[in-house]
This record gives sequence, structure tokens and C-alpha cells, in this order.
Amino acid sequence: MADPAPNGLVRSLERLGNTATSKIWRLGFAARFFAYTLLHSGTAFRRFGLTIREIYFAGVLSLIIILVSGLFVGMVLGLQGYDTLQRYGSSEALGILVSLSLVRELGPVVAGLLFASRAGSAITAEIGLMKATEQIAAMEMMAVDPIARVVAPRFWAGVISMPLLAVLFSAMGIFGGYLVGVQLIGVDEGAFWSQMQASVDVREDILNGVIKSIVFGIAVTWIAVFEGYDAVPTAEGVSGATTRTVVTSSLAILALDFVLTALMFTGGNVR
Amino acid sequence: MAATPIVELDRVSFGYDAARPVLHEVSLSIEPGSVVGIMGQSGCGKTTMLRIIAGWLKAGAGRSTVLGEDLARLDDAQVFALRRRMGMLFQFGALFTDMTVFDNVAFQMREHTTLPEELLADLVAMKLEAVGLRGAAQLMPSSLSGGMARRVALARAIALDPQLMLYDEPFTGLDPISLGVIARLIRTLNDSLGQTSIVVSHDVEECFGIVDYVYFVSAGRIVAQGTPAELRRSSDAFVHQFVSGAPDGPIPFHYPAPAYVADLAGAGHG
Repeated sequence: MADPAPNGLVRSLERLGNTATSKIWRLGFAARFFAYTLLHSGTAFRRFGLTIREIYFAGVLSLIIILVSGLFVGMVLGLQGYDTLQRYGSSEALGILVSLSLVRELGPVVAGLLFASRAGSAITAEIGLMKATEQIAAMEMMAVDPIARVVAPRFWAGVISMPLLAVLFSAMGIFGGYLVGVQLIGVDEGAFWSQMQASVDVREDILNGVIKSIVFGIAVTWIAVFEGYDAVPTAEGVSGATTRTVVTSSLAILALDFVLTALMFTGGNVR
Repeated sequence: MAATPIVELDRVSFGYDAARPVLHEVSLSIEPGSVVGIMGQSGCGKTTMLRIIAGWLKAGAGRSTVLGEDLARLDDAQVFALRRRMGMLFQFGALFTDMTVFDNVAFQMREHTTLPEELLADLVAMKLEAVGLRGAAQLMPSSLSGGMARRVALARAIALDPQLMLYDEPFTGLDPISLGVIARLIRTLNDSLGQTSIVVSHDVEECFGIVDYVYFVSAGRIVAQGTPAELRRSSDAFVHQFVSGAPDGPIPFHYPAPAYVADLAGAGHG
């Protein structure tokens, strides 16, 4: 062959183009899937028992990991926070540091990451396996819309569970900070709580944190149900989809967190 | 005068893309009350035919009429409405693994009707009794054998008394006893409930034992049809090969390949 380079170049460009097209196509499909799920959410609310059952699987069964992680994150915050604050003689501000870190950032973000790996992966695997074992097809054949019956209840269960888990994570974390800061190290208890009460704003801090966790809940559960529904119906397909759920939703949480923080907390100071 | 066919395909073609046609001008007609077999090798297009009849796939060309409805004219909601008059038994049952046998059979009744639970329990018991598994109502699908799971799936498929039953490879992977049970159930349910059934299969003996008429499909075309008795007597080379299970014939044993000698002489010595 005289000159193989142009062929190789053309082929690489073709591959690049194909990859880009298929990614964009999939994104479009995911968006349509999202819209379809929202439009067919009637069943999830009319027969709320279906959603409650999923809240149990996604939310209640995630409680242990959320509460234990929250406690430890709060305890570490207590230790690290005290270590830094006492250098400036302001160790009684520990309550503010622990609570603001948790309600603004760590609560929603870490609870979101844990939720993605505990509940998101389970949702993807379950829907993927239902597809692989033709349960989804059987449902369609019985004239039951699987998006309304299977996907929408799981989606709303995730959206409802996520902020509750994030709030519990933060509460547990604050308790962990209190245990370490007040009970172990000996920071003044009155200062710990009163400074926290004075500095944490319900709308500015807590509500914004809850909004974050709702957004993360939507993102994680959307990704989880979509990956499950779109999984190649084989063992490798389902395992790949489960991995993609954890990776994509973790990245989505971190990216969304940056955008939301920029919108919520810069207070117009960023030029 | 012949009764109106329950299913009629008229020169139906289908392909996932232009380069790979799956069905080519397939025509068939299925009379009410009959059990019809669609037989052929794996990958010949018989499951695709079943999916077109179920309104799952839209035919690329030709006319498909099922239960008096022209499938091309139906929107999604109308296809769903049509499916309430059909039942389908999937290859491996496709039971909902998070529900008991009872809840599996009750699924369609709960989704599509507002029957009180007591009546529903009676109906489920009747359906399970028909397949001999009333005593297994509270078991989970994971504790059923393959044959039992298939029978539960059959009870679920007939839950709303469908007019048309579709069976996708109902005999695959079953032991001889379960296989015989399923085969007899297909025939007796069809006759006692006044259904019409289509059985997609490649099990010659089981299928021939229960069907009234058979269509043979090969490479997306109907290559032979007739009653089981006619087909056993057929001199058609394909039918003969399929019925006798001969390894070579019109369907070659070898996948297309270059000449064996040339391959051996050339490969690995270059």
C-alpha cells in the first residue's frame, strides 16, 4: 500500500465522530426518558404504596450507612476543626464550623455519593435484571407501561429519600462533632450550640442544603433508572450499567455541587 | 363460509435495517380456535413474527391484522388495549421475581380491574388450579423449578382470559415430564377457554403433537406449511431435514467458509 496514513486518519475521525454522535444520541434519549418518566408519574402518586415500597428499599435500607458515615464525618470535623480553630483562640466557633460544613456541603454531597453507591446501583441492577429476564417485556405484553409501574415509583422514591437522608446525615454529623468537640475535647457546650444557633440561617444555609440534596436526588435517581432501563440485557451489560451509574452520578453530584454553590453562596462577590 | 382469521399477515416484511432483512413477504392466516405452530431454526425470524403479531415491532411492509385490528393504524394506547386481549408465555417464564406466585398471577387483574381482593383470590386460585399449582400460591419464583415457573407464567398469561395466546419457545430447557405437561396444557387451555394459540418452537415432536397447522420458516420466509400429518409425509427437502433432525441438507452443517483444503494449505504457513 502506498500511503496508509490518510486511511488511518479518516478512520480515526470516523470513530471520533461515531463516538460523539452516539454519546449525544444517548443523552437525547436520556432526556426523552426523563420527560416520559415525569409525564407518566401519575401511577407513582395515585398508588403511593408502590412508591412507599421503593422508599423503603432506597431510603430506609440506606439509613445505616448514612447515619454511621454522618457520625464519623462529624467526629472528624470536630477533631480537625478544633485543631485549626484553637490556634486562633476561637475553639468555641467549632459549632459553626461543623454545622455549616455539614448543612451546606458535606451533608448533601457525601449523602448523595453514598446514596448513589448504595441505592443508585441497586436500582440500576434491579431494573437491568428485570430487563434481562424479560420481566419488563412481560409487563409491556400485559399492557402495563413499565415506565409508569417500575421506573416512576423508583424515581420519585429516590427524589423523596435523598433530602431526608442528607438532613439525617447532617444531624448525625453535628451530633458527632458535638461528641468529639464538647464531650471529648471539652469545648464549652453553651458556646458550641449558641454560636451554631446564631450563625446558621434557615433559608440561607439549611434550605439551600436541602435544595442541593433534592437536585442530587433527581440526578442520581434519573441516572440510575435510565442506566437500568437502557442496560444491555446480559450479565456484562447489567454490571457495566451499574458501574456507570455510580461513576456518572458521583461526577454529576460534584459538578452540580460546584454550580449550585456558585449560585447560592457567593452572594454576588464573584466577578 | 370460513370464519374471519384471528391473525392474518399479508406479505409482511421486516428488517432492523435495510442491510439485514429478517422477514421477507411472510403471509399466514390463523383460524379461530386453532393451535398453530411456527417452526424453524434459531434465528430464522419466528420470534420476530410473534413480536409483530404482539404489536411489539412494526412491520416494514405488508399488512398485519390481529383480532380484527390493522396493526399499522394503531397508536401506542390502542396497541396496549389490544394486548389486553392477548396473553404471552415467555421462553423462561419472565415471572416477577419480587412477587409471590399469587401476586404474579393477580398482577394483571390488579392493574386492569378493580375487583375486590376476595374475588381476585378466587380467580387466582382457579387459574392456578388449571395449571395444577394452587398449592404453590405463596411460594416465591426463586423456589420454583423451571417447569413450575413456566406453568405459573402460563396461569399469569391466561389471567384475563385472552382470546389469543402467544407461546415463545414454551418447551425450551424443560425435562420430559414438564415438557409433556406444558404441551398438554397449551392444547387443553386452548380448547376449554376457546382461545386461539400460536406456538413458536423448534421442538418437532412436542409441537406436532398439539398443533393443528404448522408454518415452517427459514431465513425469514415461509418455506412450507400444512397439518403435522401432511408435513411428516412431505417430500420437501427442508421439511424432511427439520423433521428428521438430519445434520446436513438444505440447511448446511458448515458455516460458509473458504475451501477446506485451501484453508489448511494457506493458514499458518504464510
